[in-house]
Amino acid sequence: MLPRLATLVENEDPRGLEALDVLYPLTGKAHVVGVTGPPGAGKSSLVAALLDRIRASGRRAAVLAVDPTSTISGGAVLGDRIRMMEQHADEGVFVRSMASRGRQGGLAWATAGLVHLLDAAGYPLVLVETVGTGQDGTDIASLADTVVVVEAPGLGDGIQAIKSGLLEVGDIVVVNKADQPGADDARRLLRAAFDLAHPTDSRETPILPAVAITGSGVAELLTAIDDHVSWLTESGQLTVRRERAARSEVLAGIRMALDRRLEAGSSHMPELASLISRVARRELSPREAVETLTVMLGPSVNS
Amino acid sequence: MTEPDDFENRISPVRILIAKPGLDGHDRGAKVLVRALRDAGFEVVYTGLFQTPEMIASAALQEDVQVIGLSILSGAHMTLFPQIMQELKGRGLDDVLVVAGGTIPKADIPAVKGLGVAEVFGPGTRLSEIVDFIRQNAPAPSPLW
Ligand code: B12
Ligand SMILES: Nc1nc2c(ncn2[C@@H]2O[C@H](COP(=O)(O)OP(=O)(O)OP(=O)(O)O)[C@@H](O)[C@H]2O)c(=O)[nH]1
Ligand SMILES: [Mg+2]
Repeated sequence: MLPRLATLVENEDPRGLEALDVLYPLTGKAHVVGVTGPPGAGKSSLVAALLDRIRASGRRAAVLAVDPTSTISGGAVLGDRIRMMEQHADEGVFVRSMASRGRQGGLAWATAGLVHLLDAAGYPLVLVETVGTGQDGTDIASLADTVVVVEAPGLGDGIQAIKSGLLEVGDIVVVNKADQPGADDARRLLRAAFDLAHPTDSRETPILPAVAITGSGVAELLTAIDDHVSWLTESGQLTVRRERAARSEVLAGIRMALDRRLEAGSSHMPELASLISRVARRELSPREAVETLTVMLGPSVNS
Repeated sequence: MTEPDDFENRISPVRILIAKPGLDGHDRGAKVLVRALRDAGFEVVYTGLFQTPEMIASAALQEDVQVIGLSILSGAHMTLFPQIMQELKGRGLDDVLVVAGGTIPKADIPAVKGLGVAEVFGPGTRLSEIVDFIRQNAPAPSPLW
């Protein structure tokens, strides 16, 4: 039932989307934790280790693991699950792999919908592993309550981490592969980079060492995650984040709907077709055509 | 008015699980196949090595794949396949297309097919042949109601 519903939502089957509309009022209870970071940093391994800890604390958990869709074939290899096979027999763990299906930024368009489904299904924790991202992978910040950024020694010198924008969205940073040389240096560099980027924050971002494959440091990570929810709730930030998430989901949906209409061709929009012809005949500038059409969306912000 | 982004006009990628059951470290064929299926536009969940029948069935259930591919070069197919098919049935996964490959002797193929495995592809099979078979036979995810 849940797995098939997830497929219908992912495929934008109207039956899935309508079911989601009905379930939506039941959502908002789950704590959504994003796990992001560069390719190979150990995100999946860390999620698997976290699952053990979460289960030991008596909670159920669901995972959505996103891997990139090939822009050439439209296919994808969904390999995150390999690291999470240990939990297969556990009814309290649900793992679902997703392909990004053309979206940039580390998630699929349907990821938010699937988070809502798992939330409605009663999973108190939903972990979302993003595509391994070097740059431009910050969409997770507008979906998750808590963002865990996973770094590893040898994957950059801290400058990369700053450039990627990931540090700006990280609520907790993990230096994974702490069993490898350079982990302490990486942690120090990240601490410095972090304090430089956020000198005035009231909450200091934890930077924690971990070894995902042995489970070392993972208990501390779960504590930090749980502490973050408490902080969100007490500081009122949870409301702010949920508002931001709702806003970004609605705006993304509108953008996508508009995009699809435009791509479906001007045959559906006679006004657009005639404006385009006039631009081609040099009777109208492209900017004037755009303005004519966007007027329908209400007054422009910069006028 | 019909919406330009009509659901019926969009084709969703077929999801496939490629699994390596049992104590069998031969993963070259499975990996080659995973890549070929991705390049053919499928979404491929790969389980990795050493999977029990329960692991394969529970992964197939949670991932809601339309196709399961079993790769086996250990010779243990006649022990493992009946268990896998039973685990799948036990979870209500009877609309899934199951295919297999690896070193399965010709003599065993009728028995393997009798278990509900749709087709068996041995060493030397062209990848395009496998891709075509899956394209033609993969079921669409049926609605729930
Ligand atoms: C390479 C190889 C190895 C490599 C494996 C490297 C690796 N990571 O994969 C190494 C050296 C490690 C190895 C070890 C062993 N091997 Co070896 N190995 C082979 C060999 C020579 C080729 C296999 C291969 O990679 N072929 C290339 C790939 C691309 O082909 P393929 O896997 O067959 O896949 C094709 C099809 O079968 C099909 N296919 C495969 N899977 C799937 C899945 C689906 C869903 C579909 C649709 C299609 C499909 O599509 C592919 C493309 O055509 C075979 C001999 C042979 N003729 O197969 C023996 C063979 C498989 N090995 C054998 C044995 C006995 C062993 C060892 C036990 C040997 C030992 N005593 O040490 C160990 C066991 C290791 C272990 N842990 O399991 C035997 C198995 C006998 C049996 N079935 O009863 C074979 C058949 C050799 C023989 N004739 O005795 N081996
Ligand atoms: N030495 C060491 N290796 C690790 C550790 N954690 C993960 N690895 C290894 O790092 C590799 C990548 O791990 P994954 O968990 O797949 O990394 P990922 O970030 O999910 O990778 P992508 O999803 O492909 O971006 C694997 O070979 C892991 O075994 C660790 O703490 N120490
Ligand atoms: Mg991963």
